[in-house]
Amino acid sequence: MLTTTIDLKPPNRPPKRREKTPNQGIRNRYLETIMDIRKVKKLIELLESSQVAEIEITEGEESVRISRNASSPSPQMNVPQAPQLSSNTAIAPSSDDAPAPKPSSEAKGKIVKSPMVGTFYRAPSPSAPPFVEVGKHVKPGDVICVVEAMKMMNQIEADHAGVVDAILIEDGEPVEFDQPLITIA
Amino acid sequence: MLEKVLIANRGEIALRVLRSCKQLGIKTVAVHSTADKDLMHVRLADESVCIGPPSSGESYLNAPAIISAMEVTDADAVHPGYGFLSENADFAEQVEKSGFIFVGPTAETIRQMGDKVSAIDVMLAGGVPTVPGSNGPIDSDDQKTLAIAKDIGYPVIIKAAAGGGGRGMRVVESEASLLKAIAITQTEAKSFFGSSIVYLEKFLENPRHVEIQIIGDGKGNAVHLGDRDCSLQRRHQKVLEEAPAPNIPVEVRNSILQTCVTACKKMKYRGAGTLEFLYQDERFYFIEMNTRVQVEHPVT
Repeated sequence: MLTTTIDLKPPNRPPKRREKTPNQGIRNRYLETIMDIRKVKKLIELLESSQVAEIEITEGEESVRISRNASSPSPQMNVPQAPQLSSNTAIAPSSDDAPAPKPSSEAKGKIVKSPMVGTFYRAPSPSAPPFVEVGKHVKPGDVICVVEAMKMMNQIEADHAGVVDAILIEDGEPVEFDQPLITIA
Repeated sequence: MLEKVLIANRGEIALRVLRSCKQLGIKTVAVHSTADKDLMHVRLADESVCIGPPSSGESYLNAPAIISAMEVTDADAVHPGYGFLSENADFAEQVEKSGFIFVGPTAETIRQMGDKVSAIDVMLAGGVPTVPGSNGPIDSDDQKTLAIAKDIGYPVIIKAAAGGGGRGMRVVESEASLLKAIAITQTEAKSFFGSSIVYLEKFLENPRHVEIQIIGDGKGNAVHLGDRDCSLQRRHQKVLEEAPAPNIPVEVRNSILQTCVTACKKMKYRGAGTLEFLYQDERFYFIEMNTRVQVEHPVT
């Protein structure tokens, strides 16, 4: 019997391209011999919404064990983000979990949230340098990033003066409304 | 077959669409406002995208946000449910222009049926019986208007061309009050629906409301799924429905069902649709068409 503990940290992915992503490819990379990721996601949600510490499910030759490790942000805790493939960060999990886990719990300063659904970019074009890096001083009105929606680039501005503390989204990632993008201390 | 459908609605219809998608093996994307992130269909969908703050104007009616969500999730199609953007021809058009599929009729059909005057024209051309009326908008020629009303025979009902669903209507019992009533209805229509165009119909004193459910494939094929009696209403809003409508003579029923199918085939209607009729004295009279799935479709 094959037992697998799932490492749920998202892999490093290249920025999302405009054409259809080959879902099959990503899926196979994750799931050659493991159960449908949707079932896994449901299991994880089940675990989180209950007092259960560990779930192991066997299906034929395969089984999956998911355990809650309350003492540290182990991979299993980062669960809500991981299973979603093409919309990894678009699944912004509920605020009582650790969403963009480590950065938001340790980040200082005010969060700039996305005012729309779209794709997050750190620079005005692929070859250009990013608008900001961590540590950069910004004042209100400075463009800190871009969210592209329906082929229009919407410049996101800092709403207060400060220092860029953390950039929470990877270049090219999809974002949803109200999703934390950047913190400015 | 569609691979991924974005559900642009919430509550019971969103869950119902999600259920169908699951049955068909179609992946689902739920879009929601910040207030609705814990709705059942959001939790059950394969993916979810928050598209705006609680106000529906900024979320469920926010076409760019919805289309953007389709882009970032690589959805193939959007199912608009009912209400919200389901009968918004501009939205349907934007969706298709952006390279996606709108689960429902074409923008042109939505527009045609959304304008109650043009809907009647289309139906007349398709051989569907309509309520005797002005068969066109009322203009500013008062004498002409009075003559039309006289022809129809009082009582008449004034209806807003951009209205529908039981709103924007006024009954006039006699000639003396006609012109004033038209003026008031025009003003109301302008503020409710954005257009002051009105038309006249004979007011049937004791009709039943019977509607015909159809589905078309957009290529000239259509079938009917029978009728529903929706006569029990409060303030023109349906409260109880029954399928099939009781006590309609077989030939009368079959005739109207066939007529509706023929008209929809001619229109190359795509998706689910409902033709609404007033039924009185064993005769059917078309009043309007709903170009969306309706909340009561499970009755059928």
